[in-house]
Amino acid sequence: MNLRDSRAVPVNHLEAENLQLWRGDRHVLKGVGFTLSRGECLQVTGTNGAGKTTLLRTLCGLMVPEEGRVLREGRDVRADLPAYHSSLMYLGHEAPLKADLTARENLYYWIGVRRRVAGAELDAALARVGAGACCERLVRALSAGQKRRVALAGLALMFAPLWLLDEPTTNLDAEGQQVVGALMAEQLARGGAIVVATHQQLPAAVRVAQVLELAS
Amino acid sequence: MQAQAPSPVATAAASLSGGTEVAPALAAARLALSRDLTLAFRKRGQLIQPLAFFALVTMLFPLAVSPELSRLRAIAPGVLWVAALLASLLALEFLFRDDAYDGTLEQYALSGQSLTWLLFAKTAAHWLLTGLPLALMAPLAAMSLGVAAAAVPGIVLVMVVGTVALSLIGAIGAALTLGMKRSGALLALLTLPLSLPVLIYGARATELAIGGTSFIAPLELLAALAVLAVTLAPLAAAAAVRISLE
Repeated sequence: MNLRDSRAVPVNHLEAENLQLWRGDRHVLKGVGFTLSRGECLQVTGTNGAGKTTLLRTLCGLMVPEEGRVLREGRDVRADLPAYHSSLMYLGHEAPLKADLTARENLYYWIGVRRRVAGAELDAALARVGAGACCERLVRALSAGQKRRVALAGLALMFAPLWLLDEPTTNLDAEGQQVVGALMAEQLARGGAIVVATHQQLPAAVRVAQVLELAS
Repeated sequence: MQAQAPSPVATAAASLSGGTEVAPALAAARLALSRDLTLAFRKRGQLIQPLAFFALVTMLFPLAVSPELSRLRAIAPGVLWVAALLASLLALEFLFRDDAYDGTLEQYALSGQSLTWLLFAKTAAHWLLTGLPLALMAPLAAMSLGVAAAAVPGIVLVMVVGTVALSLIGAIGAALTLGMKRSGALLALLTLPLSLPVLIYGARATELAIGGTSFIAPLELLAALAVLAVTLAPLAAAAAVRISLE
């Protein structure tokens, strides 16, 4: 019940307070903080190893910071992680796809675990990201860019109020980048929020509200 | 939301509120199960390995010990259960490994669904693919060890119950060793001691079944172990998986 109720309320804002995190001896997150409102996009930049992925994983609750909190609508997300998780979509730099399933089967199982999804929706999403032609092929046989597109189809199917994206434009050609841009712009327009970690230029369609640079 | 002409304003209301119907926990678990079954049948080699191992080990004993049936019959319970234990250990490495590498476990943990249920479903699939086939192969192995046909149904029943416990106990070990590169030996060190009660009661029940006497007492204890594993092991495995994702 609780889970359903909280889904209906969009994320007004996401707030990180003084996040401190060590990986062994390395102090990765040194007091990271930001406030993100609805319809805003936060771009996290920084050199390789600056902690972009670590920050995203901390924001989505996979990693526990030594200090600081992540707040959604003023409430600590750790108080109700399942509700928080069902309101967010995390896409790592490796797409969570199985080599021995077709693109369509991958999407069906991946998204189906989170929400009911109809076959037509899957096809529409795959066509939208330009992967319609390879939907019946095993992911093993797809190129890195095509895999990325299949992952984007997953994004198009998840209407989560908060997106956490790690390098969403890697391996994509110009047209693929346009698709990322369109998807992100749409998410912002419908009042969702995005945290995107990338050192690349984001597609022009995405209006970046804040840039957070992580020092290595 | 349709693919063509996405109109952000029109989709806004539907997409953030009503457009997402959360899959119920059971439906999600069923999907996780059918996904693993589909995958397993796409790569059958992995599936056959533990079964072939079980068949080979049990067939080596008549060659190594003695072809004398009475002696083989005496060691049959021990041979069957040690072979089954090692075969299920062999299969355990694949339980979570691939899903950890490709990010599936991460997506499960972030799905808003109960990770415990999803891992239970994965373990159930694992049992259907290794434990159950092992139990169904047991008659063949038992026959080669000189066991009378009358004892076969009992042996299979005991094996079915015992492998449920083995799969679930193994899931804890597999989840705990996820963070490591070469975890085979450690997995065995963690899992085998925990599996000892299953081995003891399983072998005892099998021995009684072969002897033609009632094996209900050790079978009940075995079933109790299986129930304990069903209730507690997925919780422990989920906690271990969360730690490995950090």
